[in-house]
Amino acid sequence: MPFGNTHNNFKLNYKVEEEFPDLSKHNNHMAKVLNKDIYAKLRDKQTPSGYTLDDVIQTGVDNPGHPFIMTVGCVAGDEESYEVFKELLDPIISDRHGGYKPTDKHKTDLNFENLKGGDDLDPNYVLSSRVRTGRSIKGYTLPPHNSRGERRAIEKLAVEALTSLDGEFKGKYYPLKSMTDAEQEQLISDHFLFDKPVSPLLTCAGMARDWPDARGIWHNDDKTFLVWVNEEDHLRVISMQKGGNMREVFRRFCVGLQKIEEIFKKHNHGFMWNEHLGYILTCPSNLGTGLRGGVHVKLPKLSTHPKFEEILTRLRLQKRGTGGVDTASVGGVFDISNADRLGSSEVDQVQLVVDGVKLMVEMEKKLEKGEAIDGMIPAQK
Amino acid sequence: MKEGKMASSFTRILSSKRNVGILSLVGGSVAAGFLLHREHVTAGEPLRRRYPASAEYPDLRKHNNCMASSLTPAIYAKLCDKATPNGYTLDQAIQTGVDNPGHPFIKTVGLVAGDEESYEVFAELLDPVIKERHNGYDPRTMKHPTDLNASKIQSGVFDERYVLSSRVRTGRSIRGLSLPPACTRAERREVERVVVDALSGLKEDLTGKYYSLTLMTEQEQQQLIDDHFLFDKPVSPLLTCAGMARDWPDGRGIWHNNEKTFLIWINEEDHTRVISMEKGGNMKRVFERFCRGLKEVERLIQERGWEFMWNERLGYILTCPSNLGTGLRAGVHVKLPRLSKDPRFSKILDNLRLQKRGTGGVDTAAVGGVFDISNLDRLGQSEVQLVQTVIDGVNYLIECEKRLEKGQDIKVPAPIKQFK
Repeated sequence: MPFGNTHNNFKLNYKVEEEFPDLSKHNNHMAKVLNKDIYAKLRDKQTPSGYTLDDVIQTGVDNPGHPFIMTVGCVAGDEESYEVFKELLDPIISDRHGGYKPTDKHKTDLNFENLKGGDDLDPNYVLSSRVRTGRSIKGYTLPPHNSRGERRAIEKLAVEALTSLDGEFKGKYYPLKSMTDAEQEQLISDHFLFDKPVSPLLTCAGMARDWPDARGIWHNDDKTFLVWVNEEDHLRVISMQKGGNMREVFRRFCVGLQKIEEIFKKHNHGFMWNEHLGYILTCPSNLGTGLRGGVHVKLPKLSTHPKFEEILTRLRLQKRGTGGVDTASVGGVFDISNADRLGSSEVDQVQLVVDGVKLMVEMEKKLEKGEAIDGMIPAQK
Repeated sequence: MKEGKMASSFTRILSSKRNVGILSLVGGSVAAGFLLHREHVTAGEPLRRRYPASAEYPDLRKHNNCMASSLTPAIYAKLCDKATPNGYTLDQAIQTGVDNPGHPFIKTVGLVAGDEESYEVFAELLDPVIKERHNGYDPRTMKHPTDLNASKIQSGVFDERYVLSSRVRTGRSIRGLSLPPACTRAERREVERVVVDALSGLKEDLTGKYYSLTLMTEQEQQQLIDDHFLFDKPVSPLLTCAGMARDWPDGRGIWHNNEKTFLIWINEEDHTRVISMEKGGNMKRVFERFCRGLKEVERLIQERGWEFMWNERLGYILTCPSNLGTGLRAGVHVKLPRLSKDPRFSKILDNLRLQKRGTGGVDTAAVGGVFDISNLDRLGQSEVQLVQTVIDGVNYLIECEKRLEKGQDIKVPAPIKQFK
């Protein structure tokens, strides 16, 4: 839980050794990077809103991690966290995002016309297509740190912006705390409803405080464009549809995002963004594009091929079960999405998904015919 | 710069608290500015928006806990800018109650103290909560009696055909260190050091050993599980939302005497939880060991310049307002298969000022007609009084059970006085 300014000053009465967390059993990015020197250097600092080093790392201290899965182990409480705690966060960002340097620049490209192809993924294999990202609203602190007043102000602004959309984006907002039973049932059937976080990665960072106050779901009437308000980020924006027309999904994603951004800018609350880290989000793993573009695709044969993992790595893709992160695949259907977030643009990342999935479907078809795929294995992208 | 002076500034904190000097910082941003001269912070003026209290007031319409019953917008507005000297705020104190709306039948407390001063700085909210939770005890006008003289107990050895085990527990907080919802890692480790050091001075039947949660071996862990001594990382959202599980298992551990009749939990929900127990019905001996052990631990920490948090208004200060006063729960596991089926059972318990639980503890069901019967009250009566109440009450329940066995009728006793 985040503590106020005066509490951090009180902690400074103790020596570094006395306050330094025991990370001997930990396996996360924060634990790999944080040492007593960095702790000593950063522990008396605070962002202007009062977020401190101990706030940043609490989730990583409380969740030692898993021998196989490397979690990030820290969060940002506001935009300035990435500046004030640079010394800790830059190496973590570098580790997590393939060696991204503090001097690197991130390219943002939400011009869907720059995407090549993507409208012809075989619907016999590609069951659905989806692109999601997050956005933080400048001038407010992030979910680990924000107060009820702030969270409500974020909701109010978001709802104003979203309900002013029209055309294919005309839709409705459902606040979590006042939705009817019927609305709740419908949102569950549509697989739109998000729940109070139970993952200790999130709860230990204070993101579930005051639930369900100021949380809600907005979606367009067509049910192809969905926004979560005040879950792990200020906004999570999702464009999706059945079938393999990723191009159309990405078009709607880009157009919708840009429309929303315009409205926020008019209210003097644009999105948090800078040319080094791209879009600023709560978790350092979502910096850059914050984009996860993916498909649910049937790959029963390819997924059992000994080179499956290697193919994915070379294509810069990752697999998940169809329940999302940390789930298993069912019936040979996988969720395949881009692995990268920072250092390449939205168009770049969706292009990798489109090209990579197309290739894998062709491989699947070859394997169905009993043919070898060795010649098709790509070079590292 | 402050590190070298830590020992002396610590003593100063202690002596000022002994003299009950309560500081209350008013106007959060002013205090923050005053304390916060930091050249190293990059940005300029604080950007954080200041919202009026009305915009920050929690939505408690679906809530059923003591905090929600007492926290009016006016009280919130008055207290939301205040902080204790350690920096603990109202929003932190009530967070657990905001996050856990409660149950229609079970009314939880819904707030915690981050330190001793919380009970003063936020008295306007805490006093009515204490009054509601402790059945009318008014901290503004009443005094709490402390009495750990076990020799005053009358009878207290139960019929072991009915009473399977006897147990007394309480908690103690170390004055000068923040409580589990707010303590820093260094403070928590300090609590562990102070208590473990004192416990190593216990002798004779109280001689024992400390098992740190971070360092215990697999074998020690298994033994503690088999003895039903091991406590786990809290999973109840009532505790986790209050920040009590932070940094687990750092600074946590279990101490018990070699005879396994005196047990202390360190840094779970309170700085210490102290438990005296044994199989069978000798509650008198359990309580005698309880008092002796507690007094000896107190003497040992005082030798080293520490003391327990206590005042005459609220008795022993613990994290949860429900455990103020004695913090004492004295109980037995007792076989009452016939009585428990009698429709008058609940009323009998009420009048005797007892409560029943299942044998797994709070929120569990009874198994095989065996109940956990303990005192209802914590604050406003002394330890001796409460244990006597349990003894007298359990003896009455056993008499009822015996009468029902013989086909005789039983009587609902007159309600005993709450505040003596």
